[in-house]
Amino acid sequence: MNWADLNLMPALPEMFLLGALSVILILDLFISDAKRGITYALSLLTLLVCAVTQVSTFEPFATVTLSGMFVDDPLSDIVKVAMYGVTALVLVYTRQYVKDRGLFKGEYFTLTLFALLGMNLMVSASNFVSLYMGLELLSLSLYSLIALQRESGRAIEAAMKYFVLGALASGLLLYGVSMVYGATGSLELAKVAQAIASGSANQTLLVFGLVFIVAGLAFKLGAVPFHMWVPDVYQGSSTAMTLMIGAAPKLAAFVFVIRILVQGLGEMVADWQGMLVILAVLSMAIGNLTAIAQTNLKRMLAYSTISHMGFLLLGLIAGNAEGYSAALFYVIVYVLTSLAGFGILLGLSRAGFECETLDDLKGLNGRNSWYALLMLLALFSMAGIPPLAGFYAKFAVIQAIVNVNLLWLAIVAVLMSLIGAFYYLRAVKVMYFDDVQDHSPITMSGDMKLVLSLNAVALLVLGAMPERLIAMCVEAMKQSLVVL
Amino acid sequence: MLSLTHFLVLAGILFAISVLGIFLNRKNLIILLMAIELMLLAVNYNFIAFSHYLSDTAGQIFVFFILTVAAAESAIGLAILVVLFRKLDSINVEDLGSLKG
Repeated sequence: MNWADLNLMPALPEMFLLGALSVILILDLFISDAKRGITYALSLLTLLVCAVTQVSTFEPFATVTLSGMFVDDPLSDIVKVAMYGVTALVLVYTRQYVKDRGLFKGEYFTLTLFALLGMNLMVSASNFVSLYMGLELLSLSLYSLIALQRESGRAIEAAMKYFVLGALASGLLLYGVSMVYGATGSLELAKVAQAIASGSANQTLLVFGLVFIVAGLAFKLGAVPFHMWVPDVYQGSSTAMTLMIGAAPKLAAFVFVIRILVQGLGEMVADWQGMLVILAVLSMAIGNLTAIAQTNLKRMLAYSTISHMGFLLLGLIAGNAEGYSAALFYVIVYVLTSLAGFGILLGLSRAGFECETLDDLKGLNGRNSWYALLMLLALFSMAGIPPLAGFYAKFAVIQAIVNVNLLWLAIVAVLMSLIGAFYYLRAVKVMYFDDVQDHSPITMSGDMKLVLSLNAVALLVLGAMPERLIAMCVEAMKQSLVVL
Repeated sequence: MLSLTHFLVLAGILFAISVLGIFLNRKNLIILLMAIELMLLAVNYNFIAFSHYLSDTAGQIFVFFILTVAAAESAIGLAILVVLFRKLDSINVEDLGSLKG
């Protein structure tokens, strides 16, 4: 081992994150509850420094380092910067909410940052070992974050369900990985891809492993028929944790899928395409149809997430760079949209009151027309109504599958998004045309109001001119997928 | 003489038992945690068998990582279980039904 050859630069943001995280962990012990704002500020500062480091060390090619464990490519850079931003937004949105519920503690911030570190590792891993470690670091942090709300029976139940099904998913994934390892003789994604391309790998073992891997990934993404944990966890967790699970981890899970299916098992595209088609169609159908029956907003948004994951899979089914970059654009837009939607729910909740059923939105326009407008933007973007960003995201993935001659799938997708529009519009109707029931004033801190407004307006701006972000996604995918 | 297939079949049986344990068990959450543990051990079995027959140590090293993560995982699982028991006074799977829709 030659230390001079060890190139740590690509992992600089992660190392800084880990260092800062450890400092915050220790420092927080000496901070009294009244001054917990210091931990909050330090966490945001850490995210800012990470983002700056990430951008300033950007290189338009892939660098593999740490003995093939870690890769720094444009795809990971763009997603990591997005994740820093999303995590910062989550912290801003949830501050008042967690304060009201006595969760504004050091653990909340350190676990969030640990989850972020895990996601960074998932996004940058180029070996099954590091992929697994990143995934578990994320999952274990999320289980504990949900269980942080100890007095709430529902939150604990959600944590337990998430834990059991998350562990099951990891088990399935690992079982598949062990088969792939047996067939190809390597855990490194690049070598796995080589072995499959050379035809030396045992085909039966590979396909067997692939089935388990796809099942494990579908569990993590929350695609039907492996979706049963999503509604329960979304509904049971406090809204702050729901936002945490629903935002940045989706970005990480998407790149995780790209790493395994495209970079590792890309040669088997014909095998996994069929499985993903089933997952995508079922997710879009069951997600949208079941969402109609929901009166709980969080549960409705959970089913909407499931249907969005179906759309995301469409981009992967296309099996080419165009599809992958459309899917990347889709997931970024989706995360921004759900941030805005859940942000409003967090803002409408207050100490002792959870805004989580459709009735709680009644007459929102009469109470505060600005928040109603922001929620309207978020819901329209989820429904995919032009000129919002969600429309272009759906448009891009559907175009990608039309270009590979899967016209029937595109028709199914359009039909399903039409059905989906119904329950988003129902929420809009409740906000604008129903009578106000709850007359208590809405108190939202100034910084949150500003960030939330910017977030929702970003959906409009991205919808009006999506070209830049789409071009960035295409460029990142091209540069990242060529080398490996 | 034992061949690779023997090991794979044994690991497959262990894995199947653990999956059944998770889905069929409607009684006790601790059995569920045990099933999860068994599942990871079945995977480890697979890795070690392949690693031996491929003469490649990477698989065995992965097993150490999986074992470590499994330990952390069961620690968190048991911690959640303790909190759950305090709240519900029960560790019965059937009592986990307040979230429906």
